[in-house]
Amino acid sequence: MWEYTDKVKDHFLNPRNVGEIENPDGVGEVGSMACGDALKLFFKLDADGKIEDARFQTFGCASAIASSSALTEMLKGKTIDEAEKITNEDIAAYLGGLPKEKMHCSVLGRDALKKAVMNYRGEAPVASDGEVVCECFGVTDRQIEKAVRENNLKTVEDVTNYTKAGGGCGNCHEKIREIIDEVHQKATPAPVVPKKMTNIEKIKLIEETLEREIKPALRKDGGSIELVDVDGNTVYVRLTGTCAVCAASELTLKNYVEATLRELVTPELTVEEVR
Amino acid sequence: MDAVIYMDNNATTRVAPEVFEEMAPYFTKYYGNPSSMHTFGGMVGRQISKAREQVASLINAAPEEIIFTSCGTESDSTAIWAALASNPSKKHIITTRVEHPAVKNLCEHLEKTGYRVSWVPVDHEGRLDMDYVNDHLAEDTAIVSVMWANNESGVIFPVDRIARAAAERGAVFHTDAVQAVGKIPVDVKATAVNMLSLSGHKIHAPKGVGALYVRKGTKFSPFLIGGHQERGRRGGTENTASIIGLGKAAEMARTNLTRDMARIRALRDKLETGILENIPHALLNGDKENRLPNTVNISFEYIEGEAILLMMDQMGICASSGSACTSGSLEPSHVLRAMGVPFTAAHGSIRFSLSIYNTEEEIDFVLEKLPPVIDRLRRMSPFWKEGSCKVQ
Repeated sequence: MWEYTDKVKDHFLNPRNVGEIENPDGVGEVGSMACGDALKLFFKLDADGKIEDARFQTFGCASAIASSSALTEMLKGKTIDEAEKITNEDIAAYLGGLPKEKMHCSVLGRDALKKAVMNYRGEAPVASDGEVVCECFGVTDRQIEKAVRENNLKTVEDVTNYTKAGGGCGNCHEKIREIIDEVHQKATPAPVVPKKMTNIEKIKLIEETLEREIKPALRKDGGSIELVDVDGNTVYVRLTGTCAVCAASELTLKNYVEATLRELVTPELTVEEVR
Repeated sequence: MDAVIYMDNNATTRVAPEVFEEMAPYFTKYYGNPSSMHTFGGMVGRQISKAREQVASLINAAPEEIIFTSCGTESDSTAIWAALASNPSKKHIITTRVEHPAVKNLCEHLEKTGYRVSWVPVDHEGRLDMDYVNDHLAEDTAIVSVMWANNESGVIFPVDRIARAAAERGAVFHTDAVQAVGKIPVDVKATAVNMLSLSGHKIHAPKGVGALYVRKGTKFSPFLIGGHQERGRRGGTENTASIIGLGKAAEMARTNLTRDMARIRALRDKLETGILENIPHALLNGDKENRLPNTVNISFEYIEGEAILLMMDQMGICASSGSACTSGSLEPSHVLRAMGVPFTAAHGSIRFSLSIYNTEEEIDFVLEKLPPVIDRLRRMSPFWKEGSCKVQ
């Protein structure tokens, strides 16, 4: 049994905005019955260019229906420009989170939205969005790249959870692995850490990593982090904002902050919290 | 949730109150070790002997041909490893594409370690391709492992014919009879089966106990090596209470099989007919005739199984689905795919599996509640248009 949040259950059992819109301003359709989920999204704008009605039809599991329902609620009252900024993570967050294996349901929502906006603008659907990597589910390299970049995916399993790619026969796992590596190499242009760093270099790199990688991530949850001191390989930090009072702060510290620093600076580091 | 309508008995069953009652004293009162010298332990040993007779009797075996294990999976693994270890020069295995993961995943693992595996296909109705079996039996076939009945479709396989074909070519024949035992007559003397797996929790005994039948004269080597228990064929202190429970459950199944299964079949048929007559675009999966009396597997087109299950769950109805979303994998059930059920229908498949505890009122309740659920989900589906399919 999946552990769905109450919000997912509510949006599944009492889905909002089911149905079609006659003469919609935008309509986007993604997925297929063979894939196991499909979504058709409709929206209509009011005189001020804001979305006054959004509706959906979904073939899929509970979280696919809940994601679609959530998306239509999120769309209402937004301009097209605002709507376009909705990410799959926003959809998942609106629902209080989705099981990891179900993240592709939120991606389905984002993709349908993208198509509906393109339809509204009269843009022809891109003939070929890259090359198909996963034959089983028809997922292209560009789609995988995008999912890896936007969600900072690290493993083939992550990619499968977000895009379904690799969930069938498994023949494309190697190719997916290559795409993940490529994306991460591009994302951090100078990852080559010299084998032996001076203390100054190490501290600098820690500071940079905190600024570039860690702070933006923590800020999403309303928190932040300060570097207090570096003693040998022990990094002393202070968590601020919501992180300071969050019960999960220790997890954040070890599983995220320490792991990221170890990955990007040097594997010997340990992180300690100063209160 | 107090009122549960449990129709997922191929997944697991309720422990029969009579079984539980039989087991209860062996936790806190008669907790002796059956291997002990004292009378206190010895009396537990006698109960285990009795359970062995009861289980043997259910499948018409001799008591010394029964080895108690911890589950169906252990029985399957033991059988396959034993056949391979006893025939080290033989590097070929025949099994089916529709086996339970207990056999399927082990054979896939063996395939990676140097064994050749021939996967017997099934037809549209889930029936085995016998010609394929005959064509692929080879001099170096160590074991043929074919389930007696399929857990998802309920289709019963011609194990005796396959067992005889295997015997003619000198291969060991094993059957995973976890779904068959207790639901249809299983008689090992009437077949050429070498080894047979069964599981407690599918026949109203508890989870965590199973048995492996090994025909006298079949070469064997233990999977769990340890103490002298089970005459050295399975080390480890016996799960005494559960074994005693399995014995009781086997006795009940043997005594009541004909009567119970006639009643269950009638309920199943009522459920099946009611669904197929009242819900359009509902397709039966599996051979209608040659099928377990308690199982029905139906695909509801244009909608997805997990959504159906969770809506039924709201009303306390428990069933299962071959949909991709319910398993955590992305492809629908390997059984339905092997049968050539199109993805579009496999995603919307629901299995109901009944037991002696289901009642006619429950069937009526499901027949009343299911159509609106299907209708509601279809009205949400982009592929559905009143009464017919919209696209594809």
